[in-house]
Amino acid sequence: MTKNSLATGLIWLAAILVSGVFFWLLSDILIHGLPHLSWSFLAEAPRNAGRSGGIGSIIVSTVLILAVAMVTAAPLSLATAVLLSEFTRYDSVFGRLVRSSLDVLAGVPSIVFGLFGNAFFCIYLDLGFSILSGGLTLACMVLPILIRTAEEGLQATPNDYRLAAAALGMSRSAALVHLLLPTAIPALVAGLMLGIGRAVAETAALIFTSGYVDRMPDSLFDSGRALSVHIYDLSMNVAGGDASAFSSALVLILLLLIINSIAMGLAKHWLHRGVVTA
Amino acid sequence: MNLIINPKKEPIDKTHKDEAYTLGPLQAGPPCCEPEPLIRVDKLSLHYGKKPALENVSLDIYKRCITALIGPSGCGKTSFLSVLNRMTDMIPDCRVSGNVHFDGRDLRHPALDVQGLRRDIGMIFQKPVPFPLSIRRNIELPLREHGMSKQADLNEVMQQVLQDVGLWDEVKDRLESSALALSGGQQQRLCIARALALKPKVLLMDEPCSALDPISSGVVEDLVQRLRGKYTVVIVTHNLAQARRIANYAGFFWIKDQRAGCLIEFGRCKQIFEAPAHELTAAYVNGNRG
Repeated sequence: MTKNSLATGLIWLAAILVSGVFFWLLSDILIHGLPHLSWSFLAEAPRNAGRSGGIGSIIVSTVLILAVAMVTAAPLSLATAVLLSEFTRYDSVFGRLVRSSLDVLAGVPSIVFGLFGNAFFCIYLDLGFSILSGGLTLACMVLPILIRTAEEGLQATPNDYRLAAAALGMSRSAALVHLLLPTAIPALVAGLMLGIGRAVAETAALIFTSGYVDRMPDSLFDSGRALSVHIYDLSMNVAGGDASAFSSALVLILLLLIINSIAMGLAKHWLHRGVVTA
Repeated sequence: MNLIINPKKEPIDKTHKDEAYTLGPLQAGPPCCEPEPLIRVDKLSLHYGKKPALENVSLDIYKRCITALIGPSGCGKTSFLSVLNRMTDMIPDCRVSGNVHFDGRDLRHPALDVQGLRRDIGMIFQKPVPFPLSIRRNIELPLREHGMSKQADLNEVMQQVLQDVGLWDEVKDRLESSALALSGGQQQRLCIARALALKPKVLLMDEPCSALDPISSGVVEDLVQRLRGKYTVVIVTHNLAQARRIANYAGFFWIKDQRAGCLIEFGRCKQIFEAPAHELTAAYVNGNRG
């Protein structure tokens, strides 16, 4: 009995500690960021190195970088995951090679991705410091997460579906499109969220690739400053930029929430098109 | 030799639906049927990696009869079924040797249209596997894959096969709801309906009743009886009484020398159960062994 209550207490303590840290962080950002937050802050361009003005151009750059990263990485990783899970044997040399290289890639520090992106996209492919370079670098960075979560999602679908579909004379691709992918959608979306979360929080890789010019970007080939870079710059390099940094952090969190709920909503809508679980 | 079973992948012919889909009334007791071989298996052996699972099995599956395969677990009955619709292709390290002919065509030929074959030889699994879709989509999906696209045709076939398996009255008001919400017996009948919708010539059933409660099991058994004369059925069952009730022919499998499964005896169901030629068969059907 005492052992039990001790264990229960410890588990509660762990849960409270974890969520406590989160709420502390959130309330700190809310308390310091909310007073400064306004529509004009969201719309205006930064002035005086970000001390005053808003973050309009920075939000646009962030969304563009994120869009480039996800549009590139999502189809690529889905295709790789399908290849790994459905068309190669789990213990094949090829599968093992791809999986272990992805695991290594997932552990590479983001600054290394930044330097690689700078060398490859900015210099070798001559894209310069641009939103395109930044987005593509982020795409490389989130690929391992997206591929592994998508692959695990596909592997988690019951093998019975594959067998039953085959026994009905359905092709593997038909089973994939009509049964396996729709069943795996929640896992695929969860992976996408993780990827977006990692990409939107990235600073180091972007400083070297998309640059930190804070004006409104003209095109994807223009340099642009992401929110995380902006927050880093305000809090580290700009004296008196703390208030703007807090508000920007708040916007970053809100942006993440909005993107996630849109993705969830889309997935749910898609899910209801065919799959009905109960 | 014509290797391709459905050469042009012609859409499923709906014009003969009345004769093909309607099962007709339940027949009492196993009648005799003409021994006209549809599938001929000759010296079939099967290995999983280095481990032998079946050795030297030869038997004929007769047209429009019910053939029951009996024997203890692990004696290769399911492996035998999987050879007949090439589900063995999906198992890595599975090696098959010997000759299998279906309707005169080499079933093991590498160039055979396997999807067409599986349309002709359907399979029902031990555990019902409804897709996580609506009841309607469960039936429609394979039909659409095989080229039937007009909604009126799909509706007609769906209603016919659901009536055949006795599910129509139970589900006609909730065709759009999930097939996973059906009971186990209903799910298995849905799976049988889904297979029948493709108008197969042969239906392979791998213990279709063993995961069901006795009442659902009885319903499915009646359904299998009604398939006789319309379809060629090969059924694996552990329920000897059931085999005796429904089958025309029976094959008895046994594990030889703790190694691989083999066919001990094959013949008319009545003979296997009442006058077995082999002492192992006698011991098994009388409940002394296995």
